[in-house]
Amino acid sequence: MAKRSTPGLNTSSMADISFLLLTFFLMTSSINTDMGISRRLPPPAPENQEDKPEIHKRNIFVVKINSHDALLFDGEIGDIKDLKTRAKDFLGNPQDREDLPEKMEMDIPLLGTYKVSKGVISLQNDRGTSYDMYIQVQNELTAAVNEMRDELCHIKFGKAYADASSAQQEAIDKAIPVAISEAEPTKIGGNK
Amino acid sequence: MARFKKKNDKGTPGLNMGSMSDIIFMLLFFFMVITTMRESSLIVKITVPQATEVQKLEKKSLVSYINVGVPLEPQKYGSEPRIQLNDEIAEVSNIADFVESERASHNEADRPFLSTAIKADKEVRMGTISDIKQELRKNGAFKLIYTTSRRAK
Repeated sequence: MAKRSTPGLNTSSMADISFLLLTFFLMTSSINTDMGISRRLPPPAPENQEDKPEIHKRNIFVVKINSHDALLFDGEIGDIKDLKTRAKDFLGNPQDREDLPEKMEMDIPLLGTYKVSKGVISLQNDRGTSYDMYIQVQNELTAAVNEMRDELCHIKFGKAYADASSAQQEAIDKAIPVAISEAEPTKIGGNK
Repeated sequence: MARFKKKNDKGTPGLNMGSMSDIIFMLLFFFMVITTMRESSLIVKITVPQATEVQKLEKKSLVSYINVGVPLEPQKYGSEPRIQLNDEIAEVSNIADFVESERASHNEADRPFLSTAIKADKEVRMGTISDIKQELRKNGAFKLIYTTSRRAK
């Protein structure tokens, strides 16, 4: 039997490999950051308030969700896929139509005089509506607002909303507010 | 005897242990990255709904969580969706105290920026969520976040 010893493994590349793996995991795994849709709740309504603030009918876009997660907007049964475009048409009112919301001229820094829509989206849900459906609707409405903000930002500043400075974003936020009002919860036709 | 001696001579070459530290560090970093600091463990089952228009939570220390879901131990807490505040199952009426204690635990400068995140399961009915929202409104916690996960557009 010939005498031979096993040559030692060249391990200098091990460090390279481990760093490669390390960077790979660093880049692919994300710290579990929580994300979500943020909203602002209205202050509680005073109890002795009898007369509600009057809002013109043309300024309201009613979205209702029932306990079977079916959607009703503007008095018609609708699909969630159409909700975003409808909300955008409503809030934007590009042709200044009579049956869509009025606009109010406002002086906004950086933008000058801008016609801010007076439209309000009224969201009503049933107690039996699933949370998932509610979030989907909120998501579509937020998407509508975000898209409109993005479009305005492109027109005014020539860049996406996400790339704009915070002062510019603030101006855009004023021009296109998140006008979603949530009615007090009702219990009609609930089966759960 | 010579045979045995010959065998001993051959020996096994020693493993180079120099890279061990690299591997250990790699594992260390890996676990450092993927672990999240969680203050309270969930005792309700939550699968958050998905959405596209999500924002990241800004300052985690200023967010208090309200978890809603079906309890993991149905024999103890029942199979209906319940609210979890901190580490225990609570009722809607406990939210007032919860908001108050969250407020007390932050210094005055931070208080206006406190927000509440509702982390609820997909299947929860809006009745529960509405109750929570009404309670938050009454207690002046107006900044609200619906926790969702991101869905590709």
